[in-house]
Amino acid sequence: MSYRGLLAALGALVTLLFAASLLVGPAALGFTESVVALLTGRGEAVVLVMREIRLPRALLGLMVGAVLGLSGAAMQGFLRNPLAEPGLIGVSSSAALGAVIALQTGIAAAFTLALPLAALAGAALSVLLILGLAGPRGGALALILAGIAISALAGAGVALVLNLSPNPFAAMEIVFWMMGSLADRSMVHVALAAPFMLLGTLMLLTLGRGLDALTLGEDAAEAMGVRLGRLRLVLIFGTALSVGAAVAVAGTVGFVGLVVPHVLRPLVGARPSRLLPAAALGGAAMLLAADIAVRVIAPDRDLKLGVLTALVGSPFFLHLIWRMRRLEA
Amino acid sequence: MMLALSNLTVRRGDCPVVDRVTLTVGPGEFVGLIGPNGAGKTTLLRAALGFLAHEGESSLARLTPRERARAVAFLPQAREIAWPVDVETLVALGRAPHLGRAMGVEDRAAVERALQRMGLEGYRARVATALSGGEQARVLIARALAQETPLLLADEPVAGLDPESQIRAMQVFQDLAAEGRAVVASIHDLGLAARHCTRLVLLARGQVVADGPPAAVLTAENMAAVFGVRVFYAETPEGPVVQPLGVTR
Repeated sequence: MSYRGLLAALGALVTLLFAASLLVGPAALGFTESVVALLTGRGEAVVLVMREIRLPRALLGLMVGAVLGLSGAAMQGFLRNPLAEPGLIGVSSSAALGAVIALQTGIAAAFTLALPLAALAGAALSVLLILGLAGPRGGALALILAGIAISALAGAGVALVLNLSPNPFAAMEIVFWMMGSLADRSMVHVALAAPFMLLGTLMLLTLGRGLDALTLGEDAAEAMGVRLGRLRLVLIFGTALSVGAAVAVAGTVGFVGLVVPHVLRPLVGARPSRLLPAAALGGAAMLLAADIAVRVIAPDRDLKLGVLTALVGSPFFLHLIWRMRRLEA
Repeated sequence: MMLALSNLTVRRGDCPVVDRVTLTVGPGEFVGLIGPNGAGKTTLLRAALGFLAHEGESSLARLTPRERARAVAFLPQAREIAWPVDVETLVALGRAPHLGRAMGVEDRAAVERALQRMGLEGYRARVATALSGGEQARVLIARALAQETPLLLADEPVAGLDPESQIRAMQVFQDLAAEGRAVVASIHDLGLAARHCTRLVLLARGQVVADGPPAAVLTAENMAAVFGVRVFYAETPEGPVVQPLGVTR
């Protein structure tokens, strides 16, 4: 399949899944009825369901999946490692810590955007930390080590908050939030996350050529005119903006950023620049599909999105390691 | 002048790894950079490109990254190919500094010339990471050639190649020099260096110990003092022949 053909196919898949996401839900609505309500605004209850519940959910699935796939592809390209994922630089766990603190202190209950804003603050803090730890210049290794340190610190912070939580219900709320979900989100969440995600996405999409050159290593890339310091900054900020915003509105959804670039890599001839847009589309498709699956598999049990992606993702991860070992043997 | 270094010094801690190196390379020269392990050959090349903090001057380090990428191509010692891309794509990466929005006619022609020079026309569609080490080295040389810069800096470009590939690669570098470009390559094989380079620079403990035509550099005294070996050297109808014979210390 040609590259254009692949993008077109992925685009069609995303469109299909987006439509399906709008049409699947506990409120048993007819197809025509739902579409008419969504587009024209006729039929009060149906319009409410479509525009206030399902549309934001489908939009968030699209956006969150796209940025996770894209940032995963960018991170793997930069670190030249297929096991890298967007959470590696500690943004996801720091955003989660911010959200958890908001839940614990009760400010999350005070107003709708308190939780996502706290998560964004956590992500921003992690960027300052990572730049401080890894230095303005410095190679991939410094970035990985700084990211691991920050993730561990944020993880410890989350554990502390859980430890000190006043009652089991508060702890339960935190645990459930951390599993990641797109249920019960509103257009306010979409509007909050969209600008950050859009900016982050645009930044990450500019990295293609630099990442291509990095295929030959840091010295060769630098000698071909790539400004490594700037590339790294754009990568960190792009990832922090888009993934930070994704965690803020959806919680931590793992494995999309790891699995999607890996699956699509052979289909784009392994070129990092071509993988970026493909992984964005693929990520959107995977998350929309997973979000449809949680609604279909257990309509009345509120199965969490992050649980499902991890359930599907980790066996894949094992398969990946197994195959790598076989290739190296 | 394609490369001008003056008093270039790189320190690791207090210890100079490259020590007041002054060197100019002009068109038509194929300079072999020789010296024992740890003499500072790699550091010298990387500092000349401006990758390392240094004292003194390098004409390349003053350029902007884009200008530099059009003035000099660099072939690092570590032969890294991170992703399983095909050979043609990999060689085409060398066109990055010249690229507009996409690959143009001239870019494709440059890739074609590079593939031809390295005898890789039949490898185009092969996956680079699945090739043997020596084949990968040739593909990476082709990548640097595709950059079509006036100057090529290569860090041990022929190490680990079979004799035919070594000689072919050295001939390619010779051809580039004959066409009016310049090549600076660190080389451990003194025999190859003597036969193909127009000039040798002998480095020891970061300093230039000798600089000149191969016969003037590969003297018994220099070889004993710097490498600690006795070397057989003879001018033959087929060109100079150099063979290390035994250690002197």
